[in-house]
Amino acid sequence: MKKILFPLLSLGVLAACNTTSSSGSTVELLNVSYDPTRELYTDVDDAFIAYWEEETGETIKINASHGGSGSQARSVLDGLDADVVTLALAYDIDVLQERELLDSDWQSQFDDNSSPYTSTINFLVRKGNPKDIQDWDDLIREDVEVVTPNPKTSGGARWNYLAAWGFAEEAYGSEEEAQAFVSDIYKNVVALDSGARGATTSFVERNIGDVLLAWENEAILAANELGEDEFDIVTPSISILTEPPVAIVDKVVDRKGTRDVAEAYLEFLYTDEGQRLIAEHHYRPRNEEILSEYSDSFPELELFTIDEKFGSWQEAQEKHFADGGIFDTIYQP
Amino acid sequence: MKRILPGFGLSLGFTMLYMSFIVFIPLAALIVFTVYNGWETFWNALHDPRVYAAFRLSFTASFIAALINGVFGVLIAWVMVRYTFPGKRIMDGMIDLPFALPTAVAGIALTSLYTESGWIGSLLAPLGIQVAFTPIGVTIALTFIGLPFVVRMVEPVLKTIDKETEEASALLGATPFQTFRTVIFPVLIPALLAGMTLAFARALGEYGSVVFIAGNMPMQTEIVPLLIMTKLEQFDYGGATAIAVVMLTLSFALLLSVNALQWLISRKLGQRRIT
Repeated sequence: MKKILFPLLSLGVLAACNTTSSSGSTVELLNVSYDPTRELYTDVDDAFIAYWEEETGETIKINASHGGSGSQARSVLDGLDADVVTLALAYDIDVLQERELLDSDWQSQFDDNSSPYTSTINFLVRKGNPKDIQDWDDLIREDVEVVTPNPKTSGGARWNYLAAWGFAEEAYGSEEEAQAFVSDIYKNVVALDSGARGATTSFVERNIGDVLLAWENEAILAANELGEDEFDIVTPSISILTEPPVAIVDKVVDRKGTRDVAEAYLEFLYTDEGQRLIAEHHYRPRNEEILSEYSDSFPELELFTIDEKFGSWQEAQEKHFADGGIFDTIYQP
Repeated sequence: MKRILPGFGLSLGFTMLYMSFIVFIPLAALIVFTVYNGWETFWNALHDPRVYAAFRLSFTASFIAALINGVFGVLIAWVMVRYTFPGKRIMDGMIDLPFALPTAVAGIALTSLYTESGWIGSLLAPLGIQVAFTPIGVTIALTFIGLPFVVRMVEPVLKTIDKETEEASALLGATPFQTFRTVIFPVLIPALLAGMTLAFARALGEYGSVVFIAGNMPMQTEIVPLLIMTKLEQFDYGGATAIAVVMLTLSFALLLSVNALQWLISRKLGQRRIT
């Protein structure tokens, strides 16, 4: 009897220790985010921890997880305990909503479609722009090689595709012509990397292609830090307003009792301090005044949103990227 | 006689339990999931020219890679077993590097080397050979990750062949090629086949190193594991499992038939020795 009792007892003691230590005073938040926000959230987290301590006297800890937007959403679906998700496109969060991890009105929970920062798609070209690429219609020229990731595997790449489509609809008017235009661009694509960072590496490190379709923040980062004086950024006449959304994972925060902190954390992104950090990390802040402070790095251009041109992410996904959708037909023989 | 390991019942029980958690249950889950999704999902996922193209590429590239590894693996094993030279220890260690290196790192390195501006690629480009972003690039990546299997399978068998056998064969008037063909090669066949099969199986499932060098163009350079990832990225769990199950079935059938072939060959060889 003793033999059995002892292990059982020690298990019980262990379990008790475990619960007391985890319900201790430090609150932990987990922010599941996508790849190119790594540096941004390192700074935001530090600022928010200081802010929260000043406001409430509580010390908190913020854990971050980064990866491709789609795979991050999948981890949360499969049970990763994220308090907040800050992903690349609303579609990835809609999927979480479908599985009832968060409320259906998540996108109106915070200002500006729950996207505290935006960006756009522009072109990164080699220094001096040797192929003279100025706008979207240069991308279908026969002598131009394009690098962009695969919209099937990369959320970021879907924005690239939709930006080109939106331009073609504006420029040529009809949907058929938009489809022909976008297929012409993809005929010039030399490699479809599986993710956005991979495409940047192909273009920057391996000298593949003449132009990289990239998020503005990624393009600025590449031009400033990866190869100083090796690249130029070309801003097209019109492009898409990329709105990476943020959301609270209701199921998780209710269970963990972290809703207050999680809400304050996301709201912090909208404060002046948050918006400045955002601008410093090359995302466009929503706050007009702060945006104009940084107007040097964010040239003006005509921007359209997903909802204006495509209805919603759900519709765009269904029509363009689902199996058998328009993107698939581009590569059918 | 008292056995060193606990009795058959206990060992087999533990084996089954262990195999269940590590192999059977995960694989069974795949099949259960497919059945649960229904035939229609299964059929829709597979009835797609892109999927066919990917299967064709994955299987042919893996097969060619296994063949290349078969030839050069034996050569390397031969050199390692029969000769001593400075730096042999280091080379011996390097053979296993493809096992240790994260495959994505290998993929990035290979891609940098083989693109048109890379060290090797720039030599091949004038000849009109493009390696990166073509099926050739895929094959090279798969060759890289499969090499150690053949070398490590063949080496111990080569060690067992005495020099005396070869000398005897030479004394009886055989040419070096005849000696290799009739004395050495038959002994190597089972190990060589096993090594090539392992290399082939490993290549089929390889993802990390290939996605970088493949260029991932639909219909041309998409491998099956990439398609599975593609489906997952669209939250199409049903489609992803469907492809995975087909992959699994084909691989298992292939492994089984190679095993059967090995058994046939060793039986035939055994008989010939007796007669």
